[in-house]
Amino acid sequence: MLKKTLHISSSPHINKGRSTDAIMKNVVWALMPVVFFSVYSFGLNSLLVILTATLASVLTEHILCKLSKKETTIADYSAVITGLLLGLTLPPSFPLWMAFVGGVIGIALGKYVFGGLGYNVFNPALVARAVLQAAFPVAITTWHPAFLSDRFSTISQSVFTWPFMQPQFDAISGATPLSAFKFDGITTPTLELAFGQISGSTGETCAIIIALGGLYLIARNMMSWRIPVAVLLSAFVLSGALYLINSDIYPSPFFMLFSGGLMLGAVFMATDMVSSPITPIGLWIYGSIIGILTIVIRLWSGLPEGVMYSILLTNAISPHIDNVIRYRVYGTNRKTKVA
Amino acid sequence: MAFFNFYKNTFKHGIHPPESKDETNGLPIRQFPFAPVIILPMAQHIGAPSQIVVREGQEVHRGELLAKAGGYVSVPMHAPVSGIIRKIGNVPTISGKMSPGIFIETFPSSTQEVLEGKPIDPDTATSEEILQGIQDAGIVGLGGAAFPTHVKLKVPEGKKCETLLINGVECEPFLTTDHRVMLEQESDIFTGIKYLLKATGAEKAIIGIEANKQDAADFLAKHIPKELPVSIKVLPVKYPQGAEKMLVTSILGKEVPSKGFPIEVGVVVVNVATTAEIGRLLPHGRGIQERVITITGPGVKKKGNYLIPVGTPLRFVLEQVGVDEEISEVYMGGPMMGVAVSNLDISIVKGTSGILVFTKKDINESSKIYPCIKCGACIDACPILLNPSKLGILAKFEAYNEMALDYNLMDCFECGSCTYVCPSHIPLVQYFRLSKRIVRKREATKKEEVNA
Repeated sequence: MLKKTLHISSSPHINKGRSTDAIMKNVVWALMPVVFFSVYSFGLNSLLVILTATLASVLTEHILCKLSKKETTIADYSAVITGLLLGLTLPPSFPLWMAFVGGVIGIALGKYVFGGLGYNVFNPALVARAVLQAAFPVAITTWHPAFLSDRFSTISQSVFTWPFMQPQFDAISGATPLSAFKFDGITTPTLELAFGQISGSTGETCAIIIALGGLYLIARNMMSWRIPVAVLLSAFVLSGALYLINSDIYPSPFFMLFSGGLMLGAVFMATDMVSSPITPIGLWIYGSIIGILTIVIRLWSGLPEGVMYSILLTNAISPHIDNVIRYRVYGTNRKTKVA
Repeated sequence: MAFFNFYKNTFKHGIHPPESKDETNGLPIRQFPFAPVIILPMAQHIGAPSQIVVREGQEVHRGELLAKAGGYVSVPMHAPVSGIIRKIGNVPTISGKMSPGIFIETFPSSTQEVLEGKPIDPDTATSEEILQGIQDAGIVGLGGAAFPTHVKLKVPEGKKCETLLINGVECEPFLTTDHRVMLEQESDIFTGIKYLLKATGAEKAIIGIEANKQDAADFLAKHIPKELPVSIKVLPVKYPQGAEKMLVTSILGKEVPSKGFPIEVGVVVVNVATTAEIGRLLPHGRGIQERVITITGPGVKKKGNYLIPVGTPLRFVLEQVGVDEEISEVYMGGPMMGVAVSNLDISIVKGTSGILVFTKKDINESSKIYPCIKCGACIDACPILLNPSKLGILAKFEAYNEMALDYNLMDCFECGSCTYVCPSHIPLVQYFRLSKRIVRKREATKKEEVNA
């Protein structure tokens, strides 16, 4: 005789078996080659900066969860991603205390005040970087050259600046390809850009490795391919058109594509699912706006780099893109809501 | 994508869950033993319950009328076995509600011959006579919805049925009843189509079959009678293609209007097992006594496709096929839309297409629910192009009116694709089911207030 307690649940009773933490974990893995290359090219400086930013993010998330008497959410890896991405956008010889502040701000101000994972309007790592850029304009634009021979034995003194003190930078500092172009009119050969033999933020230098990380996530269906393609394509088309019009003033589209943070931004930051639109057409629009804004800021503003602000700005309009771009529901003629 | 809206033999979006049909799709239909006691609820179909016309202590013959239709949207009930009526009283049903019902004690030595009724000749009968015959036979949709078939077939004034679609898609994982019916009851199916064409006035019939049942498609194609305007369409495998609206889009490329039925675009859809049942019963004027059910799942020992009398207690069925010690969940229907059983004392009804048994180790308990990360997986899954992500967030805030007015909640037919794909394990379709009920209730109260 069957005498069993039966579990009941509402259908469907099967699940595809994917989970949010698995997606996040894979993003972390995809970022690892970028981190390794960064440590390889900038040495211990870069390792310390990335570790500090990540540690600060995870700690902040944990403490904020505890303070609001909730179960800690660090196991979903999203704080790790924020920390890694923030670390990768900072200059290699950035003072650690500033990186730590950035990590705290990213989670607290960029994510937690909105309600935590899933509710943030902006990419938390970029919120942190924007705050750092406003607070420490000198430190965040002082670049350290790559491939110094003593990079694995010495650490720049600026890294260990005491909290709340301004750093003393070493005599050696390098210009990024974008600032070299912006302020001195020098363009860097594209191949050097693609393989990362340049100075810049810890993680933005090797475009090829970043693209490979993106391809891995796209192949595993954990990232929308439309965003990076739209960002890069629109940036390429706009800068290409300008280059064709006047190649003396405007740099080549390949230079635009592989310099600065465009690759890192297109692959790992613009693709943050939470702060990007949800429909395929919305994603194309979103990505194109980012690409175009980046080129516009780079060419016609006072800043050498525009990826961060263009992603943040487009994050802000992404809910509106979702409001406007909707599918026509099956069997109806209406797309938008009837007032 | 809206830009490229060309028609490629299937509807938009949808999902591909593991089919899990290999274990039973090769097993022929077998007659199930008669249970010593049959428990027959009167509310097995959508619509008014049947009205009992027998009394306690009466001896009934298999196929004899036990209850008459309780109205137009209702069907009669026939005796699934020869036996004696022990009791008339309330019986449990899968929803948890009690329903009036009949307990029949089966005569152990009876041959269980089925009573003959007044036959209906498909060549001479009128459309009305056939519809009446279908109601009298107690036929409801055997795909799972259990909606009275004669109501569905009745073409409303001013509408015309051009095409009859026979639904042999069986897109639910695990289930293989329609597959076996198509392989074994071809003549019943074609006879049924003959009745259905006459009843609806359709010029042609198309049988839709998914590509994972190619053998059934080939077999039926070989046996199409010359005079019958029937063709077969093989469709790519995708859930929920067996949903009426999706099938109409897949085969004909037309969209059924929101809140409308397929007849709005000149189509009537009938399940293939229902068609076979019509073809089997009407020539003899009989009523439904049994149906084919797939019994499968990791917890079942003797998996198979069985012909089981309606009213057979579930407990008896599970004891006969043998189940694992550690059974944890039992579902009636498929894993996507089937209903979890809370009580083994319920019985097989006309709408039961499958019984799935899962053991403790098959159930992925307490998968953690994360917040929606707007990955868009549900958007790419929803066959009617809703925004489940947004609807889910609104449901959490109990914004039911906004869900219905701005986000087409009421168009959701609860296929469960969104919940299936959600990496955050948000119970989306469960939210929508609840929300739809609340919206309907609010509308009903509003109407009452206006009338009062």
